[in-house]
Amino acid sequence: MTTTYREALREAIRDALRRDERVFLMGEDVGAYGGCFGVSLGLLEEFGPDRIRDTPLSESAFVGAGIGAATAGLRPIVEIMTVNFSLLALDQILNNAATLRHMSGGQVGVPLVIRMTTGAGRQLAAQHSHSLEGWFAHIPGLRILAPATLEDARGMLWPALLDPDPVLIFEHGSLYNLAGELADDAGPVDIDHAAIRRPGADVTVVTYGGCLGKCLDAAEQLAAEDISAEVIDLRTLRPLDDATFVESVRRTHRAVVVDEGWRSGSLSAEVSARITEQAFEELDAPVERVCSAEVPMPYAKHLEDAALPQPDGIVAAVRKVVSGGG
Amino acid sequence: MNTAIAKHHTALLRQMLRIRKFEEICVELYSATRIRGFLHLYIGEEAVAVGVMNTLDASDALVTTYREHGHALARGVPMEAVMAEMFGRTTGCSRGRGGSMHLFDVKRRLYGGNAIVGGGLPLATGIALADRLRNESHVTACFFGDGAVAEGEFHECMNLAALWKLPVLFCCENNLYAMGTSLVRAQAQTDLALRASSYGMPAWAVDGMDVLAVEQAAQRAVETIRAGGGPCFLELRTYRFRAHSMYDSDRYRDKAEIARWKERDPIEALTVRMRDAGELTDDALKALHREVDDELQRAVAGAEAGPLEAVEDLTRFVYAEES
Ligand SMILES: Cc1ncc(C[n+]2csc(CCOP(=O)(O)OP(=O)(O)O)c2C)c(N)n1
Ligand SMILES: [Mg+2]
Repeated sequence: MTTTYREALREAIRDALRRDERVFLMGEDVGAYGGCFGVSLGLLEEFGPDRIRDTPLSESAFVGAGIGAATAGLRPIVEIMTVNFSLLALDQILNNAATLRHMSGGQVGVPLVIRMTTGAGRQLAAQHSHSLEGWFAHIPGLRILAPATLEDARGMLWPALLDPDPVLIFEHGSLYNLAGELADDAGPVDIDHAAIRRPGADVTVVTYGGCLGKCLDAAEQLAAEDISAEVIDLRTLRPLDDATFVESVRRTHRAVVVDEGWRSGSLSAEVSARITEQAFEELDAPVERVCSAEVPMPYAKHLEDAALPQPDGIVAAVRKVVSGGG
Repeated sequence: MNTAIAKHHTALLRQMLRIRKFEEICVELYSATRIRGFLHLYIGEEAVAVGVMNTLDASDALVTTYREHGHALARGVPMEAVMAEMFGRTTGCSRGRGGSMHLFDVKRRLYGGNAIVGGGLPLATGIALADRLRNESHVTACFFGDGAVAEGEFHECMNLAALWKLPVLFCCENNLYAMGTSLVRAQAQTDLALRASSYGMPAWAVDGMDVLAVEQAAQRAVETIRAGGGPCFLELRTYRFRAHSMYDSDRYRDKAEIARWKERDPIEALTVRMRDAGELTDDALKALHREVDDELQRAVAGAEAGPLEAVEDLTRFVYAEES
């Protein structure tokens, strides 16, 4: 069946609501409006206002309430419009969701799912465009997912709800309109492992989320130059499946990490560190990174384009590690 | 007819027309993809910005939201600088870095369009604190929507400003909706002035479709604040005639409700009032339209001709630069 990333997410929510009556969706404009990016359109009509709950603009309160409800036995899916607004709830996410189990000595679990949009590319400037999933991936106690394909948009939610601990799902804003074929029986997917999206022999390109498409474009371009790039989609940003990308680097001996977050202290830094820790002697060249420029996202299109990882920059980084290896 | 009053009314009408026509052009430019990003229109709410701004001095400060074209224009930011910002040019009031949602002009003490709901309130509270500590008699006007009243930052700032008697004029633009969520579906107590008054500050509701009523209320509030009485809160009852943003299909509002509010168009209301009082002739009205149209045409042409920032300068303005 032909579908979109948005519809695949909606189908996943619908499926979860049908499977388990403890599941409900709550967030700003998820009901009457249909979700700020249209993900939950029609669900209010189907499931009613108790299970598709519109909240006031109170990120800290409704994320915290989601934590409380999860703790008390329900399975809330909380939607935050964008990652920049999640900062108003960061206290609840870090100081409660991620820590309650530990500081209660294992008594309190928080089986909560929080979904939010991340990323740039639509000229929404410096308060609506950032990629902060790397920050959240820093926090023990959380699982961080980044669906980059239709299958993952459809399949990650249910296993996330089965997880006894809090799971954050980051949906890149540029992906909602992504269209393609999805198997009619598409369902839950594994949320523990990275995936090789394009096999290759000369270099390992590690990425996730909104950058996956750009990396695949770059790999296509490189193929024309006889450079065979293996593209790995991390999928789960915490806990990181380092076995998959380290194994790949052992075969290709070169790595480029592509991450829309800022470079300093980023997820790309973590991936790069793990490669050097675990496969240093296998490397023929230093690990390269392609990240966003260290600037709050500018509005002007040419500046935003220049600030973000782009296929040309990925191609250049690959050429560098390939030639660097001699 | 009192000529001083007529002149004053004409000035208010001109300001509202400038905002209305500016945004109507923005819709065209947006549809033609010449400007991008989010575009939140103020059409229908012009009396609020114009009425309040008219009571402020040039040395008073201003903090606002992403729906701030009207505030910036009424504040006196040149139309071309606002338009150039929409085009992402270095001649824009934020050098093309901010866009529609982040109009700044610190020379005019406009400390931005803030696009985090409620995010401007702490900033305004701090600016007022600075003025207070320096014994300046400035007022900081802070605009925000009804949706912001649900945020924790709103309540924290109400308390702080009242506790420290800070010179803030809190202007809540109650247009009955926060995106697709109506006031009654988001607020347990929909009398917003009542809620503000629980913090111990003067607070009252005003007809935000009547520019003269807004001006009068703001005048009273500003006088109270300048006299050292601490903050005031105005609930300005208004309505946005357009959808929340250009992305919004406006499915959640009743067409009849929109039509009812349009009958109270603040520009139309003032025009009728001025005509009835003999303050405005057909010719004068035509001339006013022509004058604003000319200004707009120059603004668009000038804005579009403005330079783009060199890509090499991408990471400027992250830290202070040596001058
Ligand atoms: C903290 C935060 N949450 C959510 C949003 C998304 N958002 C932008 S405007 C808006 C509605 C705000 O409504 P209101 O305060 O009434 O202002 P209005 O748009 O009506 O002028 C929402 C939900 C945001 N920008 N910031
Ligand atoms: Mg509103």
